Amino acid sequence: MSEIITTPPVSSTGRTLRTEEMILNMGPQHPATHGVLRLELVVDGEIVVDVIPHIGYLHRCFEKHCEHMTNYQQVIPYTDRMDYVASMTNEFGFVVAAERLLKIQVPERVDYIRVIMAEFQRIASHLIAIGTYGIDIGAFTPFLYCFRDREKILDLFEMTCGARLLYNYMWVGGLSHDVPPDFIPKAKEFCTYFKPNIKELNDLLTYNEIFVKRTANVGVLPADVAINYGCSGPMLRGSGVDWDLRRDDPYSVYHKFDWDVCVGKGEMGTVGDCWDRHIVRAREMEQSVRIIEQALEQIPEGDVHAAIPKRIRPNPGEVYARIESPRGELGYYIVSDGSATPYRIKARSPAFSNLSVINEISKGAMIADMVAIAGSIDIVLGEVDR
Amino acid sequence: MEQFLISLLGDNIWVHIIMGALPLVFILPYALVTIYLEMKIAAHMQDRLAYMRTGWHGTLQPFADILKLLQKEDTIPTAADKILFILAPYIVFTGTYAAFAVLPFSKAYVGSDLNIGLFYIVAISSLVVVGLLMAGWASNNKWSLFGALRSAAQIVSYEIPSAFAILAVIMITGTMSLNGISDFQSSGIQNWLIFGGPFPMGKKLLLFPFMLIMFVIYYISSMAEVNRTPFDIPEAESELVQGYNTEFSGMKFAMFYLAEYANLFVVSAIVTVLFFGGWASPFGTFMSGPGWDAFWFITKGMFFVCVNIWLRWTLPRLRVDQLMYVSWKVLTPFALFCVLAIGLIVVW
Amino acid sequence: MSPQEILERLTAKFPDSAFGIEAKLDAPVDPFIKVSPQHIIEIAQFLRDDDELQFDFLSSLSGIDLKGKLGVVYHLSSLPKKHKIVLRVEVPTEAPEVQSVESVWKTANWHEREAFDLFGIRFTGHSDLRRILLPYDWEGYPLRKDYQVPEFYNGMKVPY
Repeated sequence: MSEIITTPPVSSTGRTLRTEEMILNMGPQHPATHGVLRLELVVDGEIVVDVIPHIGYLHRCFEKHCEHMTNYQQVIPYTDRMDYVASMTNEFGFVVAAERLLKIQVPERVDYIRVIMAEFQRIASHLIAIGTYGIDIGAFTPFLYCFRDREKILDLFEMTCGARLLYNYMWVGGLSHDVPPDFIPKAKEFCTYFKPNIKELNDLLTYNEIFVKRTANVGVLPADVAINYGCSGPMLRGSGVDWDLRRDDPYSVYHKFDWDVCVGKGEMGTVGDCWDRHIVRAREMEQSVRIIEQALEQIPEGDVHAAIPKRIRPNPGEVYARIESPRGELGYYIVSDGSATPYRIKARSPAFSNLSVINEISKGAMIADMVAIAGSIDIVLGEVDR
Repeated sequence: MEQFLISLLGDNIWVHIIMGALPLVFILPYALVTIYLEMKIAAHMQDRLAYMRTGWHGTLQPFADILKLLQKEDTIPTAADKILFILAPYIVFTGTYAAFAVLPFSKAYVGSDLNIGLFYIVAISSLVVVGLLMAGWASNNKWSLFGALRSAAQIVSYEIPSAFAILAVIMITGTMSLNGISDFQSSGIQNWLIFGGPFPMGKKLLLFPFMLIMFVIYYISSMAEVNRTPFDIPEAESELVQGYNTEFSGMKFAMFYLAEYANLFVVSAIVTVLFFGGWASPFGTFMSGPGWDAFWFITKGMFFVCVNIWLRWTLPRLRVDQLMYVSWKVLTPFALFCVLAIGLIVVW
Repeated sequence: MSPQEILERLTAKFPDSAFGIEAKLDAPVDPFIKVSPQHIIEIAQFLRDDDELQFDFLSSLSGIDLKGKLGVVYHLSSLPKKHKIVLRVEVPTEAPEVQSVESVWKTANWHEREAFDLFGIRFTGHSDLRRILLPYDWEGYPLRKDYQVPEFYNGMKVPY
């Protein structure tokens, strides 16, 4: 079985390894890579010298598929499958882009319901992010607490559109269904139920001494690097940049609500470390609850089907619309050639850009830190690979 | 008990085989119960029920698990070092099982009442490291190798503070025999070493804080020695997949599993013996006797096993360097200081 | 700043026609500025470093097949100034070479790799131009409009 190796091994980027270095493949089947990410680590003992991410294992040709649809509405189920833990926001981004292209003004009730759904989805998505981050660090229990609460949000979604994961709920110009009559009381009930749970989660995980030790001062991402790499969402805000598209490039009805943008302040270590990214997510859940509560109070009456166009044929032109998904700036670039089929759709997925910074922030970290860093980026490979 | 068996069967090899196999009779049901307990405790801490379908409240599930492991195909990777790969799980289990030889389950039943019992345990439990290293190396898997290296570093480092804790107890009791140590603390809860042992009031009060620190140190190091969260970095699931036992399946994996649980009881039993009176009843002569002794020993042991489970499902995991930091820069200096202090008090 | 003002500032800085600055501000929905692929890096550098513009955030870089030509579209935005602009370069399909803007915005690293992967646009000066989403040994550029799905990939039949 033993062969004499005469040439030193070379990494994918052409780096010749020194004798004490070793290539370690983390993924595509690895418990901590949140799907099928493959990280090619060049390690010197436990110290990571170089990280080369390999993606594309979950590439499902989203953009190619879109060009072969016969209708813009048909694209929506495919957007669901990109970021499969935040499907509502994916749809939201697409319909906002398509409506801007078609110059459709949707009824106000539709906007309110979309915001409520998107914020619920943000909470659900952050719960997964926080829960799985706990597992990455070795704490299993918070994960199940998160899933317990996420289940309740999924129940609300199921009540509305019958689906728990891939909704196809938001349509260009409206929604597939209006919310059922008991949705609003149930949603209010959830908000009151959920608020103390955030505190419980923080006590159990966020302020746990070991957790802080593992995440503070690890994977520090300075603000300028974050901007230069196109990081967005909690990644960018964790680095102390006060930027949230819901406020800074408003879409839908977000300007009507009163809420705060959470940024990392380096409370436990350096600004932009893993702990900051984690706490931004935890605090954003509270803000989402605030938005939902206001939206539930103000929601107007109306017909959610009123503005749905019978046939969709946008004029030739192009649009780039972006929204704040739980992971950051989700943009859709749609080019129309005047036919019913989209000429080109590009999805700018936040996790794609966020992941590209991983090499920058993990040099010199340990293998265990690698897991903490990858977890704090909160990638969903469905969205990275599309 | 040995005497009883000799009188029953005569002095032949069977007596020794029975004496040697008795802990196994304990380990197997114990492992089943602990697997069940671990799942149930974890589940109830996590707001769920765990298995409910196999038998009443899932009580038959551990049997089903064992059955599954027995039936599973026993794969050996092609590139593995076959001999070491096959040997490793048995060495790990042997190391753990050998420690049971000196555990005083009751005043009447000790596999072998060595006069250097504690020393024997410290020595024999190091055998586990060899097994783990073999498993990690033989698997020909980088993750396994990392797991093995980490576990060797970890167990070796944590043996030092735990040895100091043991040393302190030996200084007080003057014996290394586990039975002797238990005997030393019998006749009531106030005589347990955690409360200062059977000494006059002044000496007790002086010893008490140091013994408490020693207990905490020993308990932390024992957790590290059995590779449980927050010290489970050798098999850190989210980092190293499963560490040294990634490539093992079927019965070999079951052996690791069994060894882990058996080891968990060994360290809990040693905590019991060192600080909580071993088999001694907390009520002095009330509820004592060979049967009651075994009852108290197992109950106390299981209590610490449960504490371990509780901690495991609450805490996140430390990083390798932090783990070493805790051992060398926190526990060892404290242990050293306490040994010194306890020594002075004992001499005085 | 409105796109009109940004365009004025840009033409004031780069008056030479070689830079190929051409505005499509009346384009439906999103206005964009067309620039020359040979000078995109200077323009990008200026857009990022100019005090008035400060386009520090490259939202997205997308390839596009314009039938006979290939395009690269840059969606820029500025975090401090809160304005945005779209740049576009066009290159012939036969020789699709565009300057890489990786040295200006690191976001472009992966986005350019994606455009290379799916459209076959070559970015000169890119540090690591490998395929990113498709397998490293895939042939062809799937998002080009004339792309034919290969029958076999490594001896495996490609469905439909």
